[in-house]
Amino acid sequence: MNIHFFQFASLFYLLGTLASLVYIISLKETFSKLAAVVISTGFASHTLALLMRYVEAGHTPVTNLYESLSFFAWMIIGVLLIVNLKYRVKVLSSFITPIALIMMIFALALPKEILPLAPVLKSFWHPFHIIFAFLGNAIFTLAFCCGVMYLIQEHQLKSKKMGAIAKRLPPLKVLDDLNYQSLTFGFPLLTLGIITGAIWAEYAWGRYWSWDPKETWSLITWFFYAAMLHQRLTLGWRGRKAATMAIIGFLAVLFTFLGVNLLLPGLHSYANW
Amino acid sequence: MELIVIGLNHKTAPIEIRERLAFQESEIGTVLSEAKSLASVKEGMILSTCNRVEIFAAAREAEKAVQDLKGFLARHRGLSLMEFEKNLYLLMGEEAVRHVFRVASSLDSMVVGEPQILGQIKSAYNMSVESKASGLILHKLLHQAFHVAKRVRTETKIGNNAVSVSFVAVELAKKIFENLSRKIVLLIGAGEMCELAARHLVSAGVEKVLVTNRTYDRAAALAQEFKGEPIPFEEMNQGLMRADIVMSSTGSPEYLLRHDQIARVMKDRKQKPIFFIDIAVPRDIEPTVNDIENVYLYDLDDLQEVVNANIQDREKEARKADALVQDEVVKFVNWYKTLDVTPTIVALRKRFEEIRRKELEKTLSLHPTLSVKERQSMEALTSAIVNKILHGPLTFLKRTNGDMTTDLFLDALQTLFGLEAVEFEEEKDFQKPPLSSEGED
Repeated sequence: MNIHFFQFASLFYLLGTLASLVYIISLKETFSKLAAVVISTGFASHTLALLMRYVEAGHTPVTNLYESLSFFAWMIIGVLLIVNLKYRVKVLSSFITPIALIMMIFALALPKEILPLAPVLKSFWHPFHIIFAFLGNAIFTLAFCCGVMYLIQEHQLKSKKMGAIAKRLPPLKVLDDLNYQSLTFGFPLLTLGIITGAIWAEYAWGRYWSWDPKETWSLITWFFYAAMLHQRLTLGWRGRKAATMAIIGFLAVLFTFLGVNLLLPGLHSYANW
Repeated sequence: MELIVIGLNHKTAPIEIRERLAFQESEIGTVLSEAKSLASVKEGMILSTCNRVEIFAAAREAEKAVQDLKGFLARHRGLSLMEFEKNLYLLMGEEAVRHVFRVASSLDSMVVGEPQILGQIKSAYNMSVESKASGLILHKLLHQAFHVAKRVRTETKIGNNAVSVSFVAVELAKKIFENLSRKIVLLIGAGEMCELAARHLVSAGVEKVLVTNRTYDRAAALAQEFKGEPIPFEEMNQGLMRADIVMSSTGSPEYLLRHDQIARVMKDRKQKPIFFIDIAVPRDIEPTVNDIENVYLYDLDDLQEVVNANIQDREKEARKADALVQDEVVKFVNWYKTLDVTPTIVALRKRFEEIRRKELEKTLSLHPTLSVKERQSMEALTSAIVNKILHGPLTFLKRTNGDMTTDLFLDALQTLFGLEAVEFEEEKDFQKPPLSSEGED
């Protein structure tokens, strides 16, 4: 049953993507509103799917790649909806929703049966680790989109091409603010994710830190975002530099999330498929 | 007489050429006096703005005048004609009239419908009048141009969007800063352009205006108008540290702000973004400043490109305005053509009057006993005969004026009645400004 709701959500994210793409091309308000409604509906369905799976499995349903992707996409859409409440950057959904959609499609192709959670993983810390880490990742995804938009918009302004593209993208200030906000929320969440992960590891394996690839790459990502925050606060690295870093940072996040699982075997690799 | 417009504008010449050809307001008087010494040119005026350098002239031998004027421009700006001849446009007769009307109505402007050009033409015309360089044709042409501009402004919506360089600047500033409510503007130069642009920025919500100028008093005066703050010219960096938007429009012949200086300022500002608008020609800000991160530099040509993107809305109104201009061009051209017929008519009348007077005197001297009343009757009789005879041909001439055949008839009349020399005798009258037509504006 939860699978149906998941498929339903995927379909709505697809429609939402289409509507927001039509909006960014036509700039007709109707499509922006339509996209918002469709994506919210998809999100509701997705939430339902996750809740049902949680009840069915008896633990936070983030234990394999299908579940991870689904949870990641759910967080991304959630962040989009919250940001849209506050900032009303209407074109944002044209950039973010496709990313969530790709994750959903990827997930659809993966085995979906609920597996019993390995006893070592049953812990009070498990959901916290998952939520902090994925919320942080979702916020970095937002920063990534803002970074891409920033670079495009900045290029338009610098090269003095104030045409159709510039008209559609938000002002630089808005994008840079969002980038910075993402960093101030995303970085503490990433930190908490790593700390709760370490505590959980202490319970599960008796060691806070094992230097398995996932841990190593999380730490690399953490250092990268720490540097980004530091440069911003001390040297005023904003604008293009911040945007570029947000993009590179997201690639590190992606690698930590996917690349490590697929390419580098380690303790976390039970979270494979 | 042939009407000539020769010049270049933002569409035909890049800013590099325009800034080298532009005339300072203070030198135009002298330049016009020198231009008068060109034998081929009868009347002339110079319009020099940021976007165009044009000479309006009336000449008897158009081709010679064109060559003379081109040479004159080149000589005066210390350029070889080769360097800018490809940027020049040359318009004559009806085309020239249309061009002048379109320029005055702001249909040829970079920002179509912007109102500054009319004032610029008016002052260019005044300078020409003061240097006694304009005569009948330019008087009539310019007064009608002012009239057209007024009609275009009131009868179309072309000016409704309040488009101007400053409007575009505000649009751009919003793409960088989102809103301008807490932003600080620094004006470099206290000229009219700056003032206008600043007014626009203030009405868009800018918080504070800083003004710096070589003459501190003028900076202080302009700052006071905006309840802003004057900054001594030497302490400009202090203003650059605080400002978010910098608008420069000084008459400086070389760059005022250079790459290295701005790069240093950006470091001190901790990379806080800054938007430079360089509306000076020649430019005040080194173009490579745009390459610095978080710095956005737009000069007049760049603003033009932005304008092009917005221009579609105004195209409909501009088309309406063009139809209106066409009406006025026809009116002017009709008047202008009578210039050829008028001297002929005047000469013809004069010739007939001479004959009448001579014959009348001959007759009267043979009959010395005639009473005053009888003499008056004869006077009236001969006048009536002359008028009756001339009435048909003159009406015909006026009516067919402008036809292909007019020249033929004029030529015939002049040959048959030996009128050749008259045109030149009449010229004195035509150089007086026709006061009656000046009330149009």
